[in-house]
Amino acid sequence: MTEPVPDTDAHNGLSTSGPVKEARRRSWWHRNRRTTTVWGLRLGVVLVFLLLWQLVGKAVANPMFVSNPVSVWEQLSDWIVDGTLGTHTWITIQEVVLGYVIGAATGALAGYVLASIRLIYDVFEPLMMALYSIPKVALAPLFIVWFGIGIDMKVILAAVSVFFLVFLNTAAGVRDVDRGLIDAVRLMGGSNKDIALKVVLPASMTGLITGLKVSIPYALIGAVIGELVASNRGLGYLINDSAAQFNTAGVFAAVVVLTALAMVLNTLVGVLASRANRWKPLDAD
Amino acid sequence: MSVVLEIEHLTKEFQRDDVATVALRDFNLSIEEGTFVTILGRSGCGKSTMLNLLSGLSKPTSGRVLHRGSPHSGPTPDIGYLTQTDTLMPWRSVQRNVEMPMEIAGVDKAEREAKARELISTVGLAEFADSYPRELSGGMRRRASLARMLANGAETILMDEPFGALDAQLRAELQRELARLWKTTGHTIVFVTHDIEEALMLGDRVVVLGPLGTVLLDQQVDLERPRESDETKVRPRFVELHATLASALKKGAR
Repeated sequence: MTEPVPDTDAHNGLSTSGPVKEARRRSWWHRNRRTTTVWGLRLGVVLVFLLLWQLVGKAVANPMFVSNPVSVWEQLSDWIVDGTLGTHTWITIQEVVLGYVIGAATGALAGYVLASIRLIYDVFEPLMMALYSIPKVALAPLFIVWFGIGIDMKVILAAVSVFFLVFLNTAAGVRDVDRGLIDAVRLMGGSNKDIALKVVLPASMTGLITGLKVSIPYALIGAVIGELVASNRGLGYLINDSAAQFNTAGVFAAVVVLTALAMVLNTLVGVLASRANRWKPLDAD
Repeated sequence: MSVVLEIEHLTKEFQRDDVATVALRDFNLSIEEGTFVTILGRSGCGKSTMLNLLSGLSKPTSGRVLHRGSPHSGPTPDIGYLTQTDTLMPWRSVQRNVEMPMEIAGVDKAEREAKARELISTVGLAEFADSYPRELSGGMRRRASLARMLANGAETILMDEPFGALDAQLRAELQRELARLWKTTGHTIVFVTHDIEEALMLGDRVVVLGPLGTVLLDQQVDLERPRESDETKVRPRFVELHATLASALKKGAR
């Protein structure tokens, strides 16, 4: 007969079941084999593409239409040297980043607050969907009237595009919260504040991050469209200006910079996402 | 012995369009302080509905639930409830999940960390304190939920088929652990199950429920403790009680 013992160390019979954690040292190559392969192949694909582009550029009757990587590179270095690229890129970065941050912050806040309150959400949801469906480009002329053709108008155009995507995704995240988790907090004696901060907020992160990811291109679109419509600065203006002078290499050079900008933003949000989603299953390893 | 939970003329209906689904009708039960009561019934007889009402999560359509003499107004940390499904926060590690009830109660950081660590090792998860729920097996999640519920410090504990999905060995181990815990703490436990053997292994008293929460049988279990699963199950008294409960369940099915 076993006497009941209050001491917790005396009965370790439970710990025998279940998997066991063991230390396993992995070599650098073992750990990074896949990553290295993927990056190697990526680089290869890009190089092959550039090579083909160069060859096609030589073969086509009028090379002005397609340009070629070498001229694009020359255009880029010219612009870097004379400072054109720096000035225009800096303007666009400001518009994109400001628009993105303003749109994301207001979208996340509005999504979180509106979706938490059932009645308000039911009232606003169809209105938000209707506004979301408007092509934001159509608003550009209106914004010009309201805010002029300065940087403000581009920031707002970018922010409006980002806002709806972040708003809708965050709201969906909030409304998807598992009822059981909310009940669990209520059973612990948690208040509505505890539910909002300890359950709804972390649960809505997944939706918020999806929103942040999908809205990056829209921040760029908003800013560049604004510049194309009315501007004398920024990468959008540079594209317009180059195209007007039949400088295809210049158009491509500006597009390359935009692409690089998008990649940097994607990486930044990716880092944020992987930090916030540490609890997701370990299948990606 | 004083009564901890008292259910009076309880009826629970779920209204949807023009149809009301009645889960419980005019149900009465009282649970005494410090007893281990198992509620035995087939699926769909209103066991989970009853626990939801006892915990205060849902409100009765009519009738009332008294907790230490006063009617329930909502969930309270004095009553712990281990639900059938896992409700661990997926974004918190086991350690932080177990700390959560104490976090809400306002226990300071050092104290709740120590307490949580102790509870986690009680349920045999010490090595997995930093794992996230999705990295654990179903049984381990169950044990983590158990630790979290115990962290509440509740004196009345409701359990809804907590060991249903576990393998037989682990289930026997956890049953033994629960019985030991109950013996040392003197908590009141209401344990819902559909398994006759489990009801007998754990309870002082078995309440057999029929459809709509009719009490088919209210049986005291006079088997001595601790009950070791292999030897208790072959005792004549166990076999006799088993037959009584089985026939009560069958009667309700008609």
